[in-house]
Amino acid sequence: MAAPRKLSMKQRYAALTRDLDWDLSYVDEDTAYPYTSFEGIKIHDWSKWEDPFRLTIDAYMKYQAEKDKRLYAVLDSFAQGQGHLQLTDPSYLNAMKLFLQGVTPLEYQAHRNFAYLARFLNGPGPRFAALCQSQDELRHAQTEIHTLSNYNKYYQGFHSWNHQHDRVWYLSVPKSYFDDAVTAGPFEFLIAIGFSFEYLLTNLLFVPFMSGASFNGDLPTMTFGFSAQSDESRHMTLGLEAIKFMLEQDPDNVPIVQAWIDKWFWRGYRLLALVSQMLDYMLPRKVMSWKEAFELYFEEQMLGGLFPDLAYYGITPPRHVEHAIAEKEVLSHQVYWTLYQFSFAAGFTTTVPSEDAQKWLAEQYPQTFEKLYKPLWDKASAVVDNGGRYFYQGLPQLCQVCQVPMLFTEPGDPTTICQRHTEFEGERYDFCSDGCQWIFEREPEKYVQAWLPVHQIYQGNCGGPTVPDVLAWYKLQPGDNGEIAGNVEQTAWEAWHATSSAEEQAPAPVAGN
Amino acid sequence: MTQSTRARQVGVDIQETEENRAVVEAIEADNADCAVRHMPGLVRITSPTRIVVNRESVEQRLGREWETHEFQLAIVSYFGHIAEWDDDQILIQWDH
Repeated sequence: MAAPRKLSMKQRYAALTRDLDWDLSYVDEDTAYPYTSFEGIKIHDWSKWEDPFRLTIDAYMKYQAEKDKRLYAVLDSFAQGQGHLQLTDPSYLNAMKLFLQGVTPLEYQAHRNFAYLARFLNGPGPRFAALCQSQDELRHAQTEIHTLSNYNKYYQGFHSWNHQHDRVWYLSVPKSYFDDAVTAGPFEFLIAIGFSFEYLLTNLLFVPFMSGASFNGDLPTMTFGFSAQSDESRHMTLGLEAIKFMLEQDPDNVPIVQAWIDKWFWRGYRLLALVSQMLDYMLPRKVMSWKEAFELYFEEQMLGGLFPDLAYYGITPPRHVEHAIAEKEVLSHQVYWTLYQFSFAAGFTTTVPSEDAQKWLAEQYPQTFEKLYKPLWDKASAVVDNGGRYFYQGLPQLCQVCQVPMLFTEPGDPTTICQRHTEFEGERYDFCSDGCQWIFEREPEKYVQAWLPVHQIYQGNCGGPTVPDVLAWYKLQPGDNGEIAGNVEQTAWEAWHATSSAEEQAPAPVAGN
Repeated sequence: MTQSTRARQVGVDIQETEENRAVVEAIEADNADCAVRHMPGLVRITSPTRIVVNRESVEQRLGREWETHEFQLAIVSYFGHIAEWDDDQILIQWDH
């Protein structure tokens, strides 16, 4: 029999990823890898880490380059073909503004922390997987910025996303979530981001956003999204391998991992409150409701598929998951109603949902929309019809843990706001839910340090004492915030679409960007 | 919870493209119990048992050589566990 022409995937992986490791002789293992013992996770054999993708550096580079080529072909054709005129409506871009302000900086944070894991995990298998993910996350940050920069020439709200990520009230929700993860140890980070975020919840973030882009005429974002999401499959695998590896290495790891799953499910779920309203309210042409997405991607796939698999190791579904399930009928409505009232201080705009949109919401949420939320929109419409626009004038109480305004209701009672509090060292701390209170009480020393935007405003740390001072400190420009109807973006959009001659159809960029 | 009455599904989401049509057809042919749903921009394939992607089946439909690594360009998301990924096939199923 002739010798094989080339190595099989398995052999290549073994040769190029595992065999390049060596035993340390100048220093002991604890000195070289000092961060993998303090969390209490016991690892006996790092070589047991599996990487089903069997990725090697040459294959990684080859396919990543191909993904980028495909994306940039779309970006070019978009720019050349005046693609920004093909959107269903300029208000669609609110979803993308939220994405750029809220998610892109997290990609960069993920890049940094996976680079740290690529150095400090003991085994060559997980180190290489972390290295690939670190590179992926950097690619995602860069391609997101590049993709959405095409809109910055023509639309408001894309100019200061990174500045805003560190300052604006609703953006402290994603920022504090990720800060919590990167300040944890390496194993907790793997459960927080690798498993809970990437495997358990990422479909709820990416797939609806990208299908929303596809459905609303935004080809570059759709292409970017699917390009990123193809890496995401690898990240999901890393997350799943990480949890199985920890659970298989030592039975003492099980309760530690369970507590992290409990914590990070709820942390991630609260973050997705922002996505719920994006799906149900921000997209002009709807893809699926939050409720349907939650049932499909979380209840069916995760509770129905994954958790029975993990039960083998003694893992149970996350604590407080029943509250998340009960909330699917009310979540998006409560969040968007709050954003509607506070969008004068946001990097996106809001408006009363159209008649068609309300009809769709009533169909998707037959138990709750007409009874509980339509009356609110009727009231807001009446104000608009009388020449006004309702904005809430005070500042909201924020949850100490998730940092979302305390807008959520009691489980099973959608008309009573849920409020919990805990005293710690003589101070009172408030929470939006049992889930957030439980997280605080596990690690109060961590969460008392939270940078809560409302508290910071009252302490005088956000540009000054008045609303205009704070908005200037946020770098909000006219048209970035407030009401959609009649703003500069809407006016420019109507003018672009009203013109007929080719000359006029090449719109002038909006001044100020 | 409603899912307790359902079979434990596995699934894979694939970008809807010209090339991936061959991949989807190959999966449909090799997985008799799978269901295919078209969503904006992507094709979602689910199965109550397992999903297998065979290199040879894809190559037959594509009319050229195809290495299983190329599946990385097609896949958007999945649920289940990647139980095998070698030169000839990719297998998604639950472990336990």
